[in-house]
Amino acid sequence: MTETRISRRFAAVAAQGRPALVTFVMAGDPDFDTALSIVSALPAAGADVIEIGMPFSDPMADGPAIQAAGLRALHGGQTLVKTIELVRRFRAADAETPIVLMGYYNPIYVYGPERFLTDAKAAGVDGLIVVDLPPEADDELCTPALAAGLNFIRLATPTTDDHRLPRVLANTSGFVYYVSITGITGAAKPDAARVAEAVGRIKRHTSLPVAVGFGVRDAETAREIGRNADGVVVGSAIVQAIAGSLVDGKASPATVAAVTTLVADLARGVAAARAAE
Amino acid sequence: MTTMPNSLRNGPDERGFFGLYGGRFVAETLMPLILELEQAYDDARKDPAFKAELASLSTHYAGRPSALYYAERLTEHCRALTGGKFGAEIWFKREELNHTGSHKINNCLGQILLARRMGKTRIIAETGAGQHGVASATVSARFGLPCVVYMGATDVERQKPNVFRMKLLGAEVNPVTSGAGTLKDAMNEALRDWVTNVADTYYLIGTAAGPHPYPAMVRDFQSVIGTETKEQFHAAKGRLPDAVIACIGGGSNAIGLFHPFLDDPEVAIYGVEAGGHGVDVPNGHAASMTGGRPGVLHGNRTYLLQDGDGQILEGHSISAGLDYPGVGPEHSWLKDTGRVTYVPATDKEALDAFVLCSKLEGIIPALEPSHALAHVLKLAPTMDKDKSIVLCLSGRGDKDVFSVAGYLGETMSEM
Repeated sequence: MTETRISRRFAAVAAQGRPALVTFVMAGDPDFDTALSIVSALPAAGADVIEIGMPFSDPMADGPAIQAAGLRALHGGQTLVKTIELVRRFRAADAETPIVLMGYYNPIYVYGPERFLTDAKAAGVDGLIVVDLPPEADDELCTPALAAGLNFIRLATPTTDDHRLPRVLANTSGFVYYVSITGITGAAKPDAARVAEAVGRIKRHTSLPVAVGFGVRDAETAREIGRNADGVVVGSAIVQAIAGSLVDGKASPATVAAVTTLVADLARGVAAARAAE
Repeated sequence: MTTMPNSLRNGPDERGFFGLYGGRFVAETLMPLILELEQAYDDARKDPAFKAELASLSTHYAGRPSALYYAERLTEHCRALTGGKFGAEIWFKREELNHTGSHKINNCLGQILLARRMGKTRIIAETGAGQHGVASATVSARFGLPCVVYMGATDVERQKPNVFRMKLLGAEVNPVTSGAGTLKDAMNEALRDWVTNVADTYYLIGTAAGPHPYPAMVRDFQSVIGTETKEQFHAAKGRLPDAVIACIGGGSNAIGLFHPFLDDPEVAIYGVEAGGHGVDVPNGHAASMTGGRPGVLHGNRTYLLQDGDGQILEGHSISAGLDYPGVGPEHSWLKDTGRVTYVPATDKEALDAFVLCSKLEGIIPALEPSHALAHVLKLAPTMDKDKSIVLCLSGRGDKDVFSVAGYLGETMSEM
């Protein structure tokens, strides 16, 4: 694939000698307008790449924090149509920050994969992460997504061994998302040494940037993990900051600031990742 | 050009698909485990020692073969409705007589032997009504493996006797509060456990759904139902039955009964889904094939109850074992090919059948097969007297007596 917003952003960040900060928020959490305000505030707070969750009723790979975020969004009336609209509104004001939609296959399948790819691309989406589409299912969405000019970002995990890794990487583009633990989002804190070893292993098989996520909750962990990774993904901690700012389940004046404060702190963590010990 | 396959019994294909349905829609963390399981199962099914051990346990531990029983008084009841002119013979394949009281033990024995063969040391399972949870706890006790059962908090409340049974058998029962706290949420939580504990844990799925190879494997372990039925009916009548019928939640007892008959076109096959308050009542039923559409959940593509945005609906049924919003992928394929006729039966029809069977046959059926019996009561009077229907009586109703008492307006103190 030719140059994309994602490849340009990772290259630019690498040139600054630091890993990228990849932030996750759930579309429509706690409501459409607040989510749009949060996403719009992320680049200035220090997010280099934005993952936007497509809420799903049955998020099998997610822990309690992201499950709750998805339910808040769904109760607020979020749909895939509105998620694409959220990206379109964001993109109208920000032409460069890469947007990756992340979620599960069923809402896309029901929307219609071809129509989804067309609408997502037109709205300014750059890449997709679909948790329950392994390489064995590439004909469902990955191959058409690549043809439509969207990056398809695959998850590699501690169970993806050297034998399987080439298959996982074959159609991956944009970056590789290394899942630092066996488990669900927001669970155990990753072991930085083991993650470094795994990232090294993946980089022997690909020239794509490798971002690491699952269990990165604070600036210090972001700094540790970012020493060897090209990107650090933070999700559960951010949606928990949103949850903690709500009053009676609704957005409060503190909601956007709760996110930007945390993200700014995380950004300081990744900025210090390559600093001399 | 597409043609009908020579046999309907050859699925799935090497990628785990029955036509459009099935597949392996799982997170990457689980993918190597699924592939390992597929290989282990392929090896086991070809191993005479594995088959021999399963057969021995089926006989001496589970009590197989289960009886094939002519339900004479129900047959007479249906004939009386037609003035004695019509009324097929009604036969029961009595899976409720198995150890643990349902067909679930057939699959659990097969999978526990596979888990042991794979060197796994911890068993997890999901359960709705608790029948599969009890069967999983039972085989785990028998083989000395720790067992964790995920059960929706709502189901824990309405199936207390089975919760206690599982605990008595040494299992840990984890109530699941996410979502609506029913079977699909229990399955989500079991998948989250599995993805976390990949090294030592075996996920013992209870129905013919989930990622490949589960739908085919569970079907194979349950096909003993149909295979025995064929032999027993032939011994009794010297021919094939004219119709076979079973209830469908995920559909494991049904596919077990149906599969050996798929290539016998003279045998009509009926699957009965939970019609709840009626299939026209929004979210008031659990008839995923009658009232749903194809989607992807829990590792496979199949008919699902879902809204226009692809969010999964909860479904409703009087029976905790049938209120799953999906169905095994092979059933979805058999629906589309037209080989099996899938129909709904409502809560009320199932309850009436439950009561009638208890009074006329002295057999208290579970609420799940009471749905299939409700359809038998519609079907039998339309068939000639020299025809026969075999119903899979998949479980016994002891677990349901408290909730049925409630529906009938009786009060009972709980155990």
